[in-house]
Amino acid sequence: MQNPWIYVGLFMIVGMLIPIAALVVARLLAPRKPNAIKQSTYECGIETVGDNWVQFKAQYYIFGLVFLVFDVETVFLFPWAVSLNKLPLFAVFEGIIFILILLAGLAYAWKKGMLEWV
Amino acid sequence: MTFWTDPFNFLFAWLSGVFQGWGMNEVLATVLVWFVGILLLVTFAMVLDIFLVWVERKVVARFQDRLGPNRIGPFGIFQPFADIVKLLIKEDITPIGADVILFNLAPIFSMMSVLLLWAILPFAPKMYGVDLNVAMLYLVAAGSIGTLSVIMAGWSSNNKYALMGSFRTVAQMISYEVPMVAAILVVTLMAGTMGTVGIVEAQQPFVPFWVYSPLALLIFLISAIAELGRSPFDLNEAESEIVAGFHIEYTGMKFGLFYAGELLHSFTFGGFIALLFFGGYRFFGLENLSPIVGAIIFLAKAMFFYWVIMWVKYTVPRIRIDHMLAFNWKFLTPLAFILLMVTALVNRLLLGSAWLVPGLFVSNLILIWLTIEYLKSQARKTRAQEEASVQSVAAEA
Repeated sequence: MQNPWIYVGLFMIVGMLIPIAALVVARLLAPRKPNAIKQSTYECGIETVGDNWVQFKAQYYIFGLVFLVFDVETVFLFPWAVSLNKLPLFAVFEGIIFILILLAGLAYAWKKGMLEWV
Repeated sequence: MTFWTDPFNFLFAWLSGVFQGWGMNEVLATVLVWFVGILLLVTFAMVLDIFLVWVERKVVARFQDRLGPNRIGPFGIFQPFADIVKLLIKEDITPIGADVILFNLAPIFSMMSVLLLWAILPFAPKMYGVDLNVAMLYLVAAGSIGTLSVIMAGWSSNNKYALMGSFRTVAQMISYEVPMVAAILVVTLMAGTMGTVGIVEAQQPFVPFWVYSPLALLIFLISAIAELGRSPFDLNEAESEIVAGFHIEYTGMKFGLFYAGELLHSFTFGGFIALLFFGGYRFFGLENLSPIVGAIIFLAKAMFFYWVIMWVKYTVPRIRIDHMLAFNWKFLTPLAFILLMVTALVNRLLLGSAWLVPGLFVSNLILIWLTIEYLKSQARKTRAQEEASVQSVAAEA
């Protein structure tokens, strides 16, 4: 067996080609008669006011930050989970302490009111 | 190795021999054979996707006490083909001010992120795309491309509804990824491997992993539904608020790709629930008959969990965004990590003894009971507070 990631790379290429083929067929078959009204931004029948790329709620950013902490730490937990049954009992407690520190971070964010949707 | 015991490897070995007979070297022949295999697998997924459109429409009709498509062909089974023809000949409109490259790339990425998951689904003992040793990380990573496609669509459409929808989706998807990863970690821990074939092989015929850890199954199911953006977590395309969310400006086949991607994603996650918690292709030794039987068992299980996801979708109303995020960060995430710690400890202490499965099961039950008791006490407290405030308002008046 050769490198499995070559297979994944091939899969990615084929996975992109199939939707591209669908879009190309649609391009060949579909009519194209653009005009200004047809291409205007949809907003339930009324004219769009102002710029469409508006300011967004900062709350999304904060949730992104909280998520980032967890996402990085779970990457460390995967090798621990795979090899847990071969490690001494001590390693289990190490892992648990690691998760507790992680949860302490969540508790801190909670206490600071970062998890409230305002 | 005969056709009956291992049909695909048999065919691919023969095909590889043919290519080498034409004077190709071995590496090129293998890559070409892989290419043919991937084309077969992806085509199968797309044909299944067409079938899923019909299943979805028929099942939603039954849930809503209607008949559903019943005109084209027997039971309306050719309805999706009519849908495809319609989508293909619809005009493709790009709104003014849209970022054209990202706008066109988003549906392609959306479909690709789903198809990538099919590379690691094991259909039968010797029928799978590739057996990665980091398959579970790959599952999470490929799912993130879906999130990326959503924000690409929302940002490039130059539409306020699309932007709002994509922000909601990203907040939801990244939030629910945390408990989902924790549930996957519980399974990884019990199986001792991240490979999909290894996880299926680690489950005994009569005790698949949902018996070990029913709570992990529940957490995975809830976060998978949120990850798919299906009701009750369909805030990203809430019709009554932001019309269609991130794909509001998409027409014709580009919309079709988003729609087909969503359906196939649901089915694929049904497959992953079957794989992680219900023994994948294993069914009381029946899978040993032939890989084809194994594949049928796997697809039947995947279809069942796809149906469960649909059942939830058409039964439960949409929840509010603050409730959605609070439910994840204040309830599901702590619970998932507590479950992970308890499972790690119990699994390590009882490893190799006959008490492993009962121990894990009972510890899960205790955890569920404690959670319910905690929720009850919290609910009582909140209710008492609300009643007190109502009474004080009444007293003032």
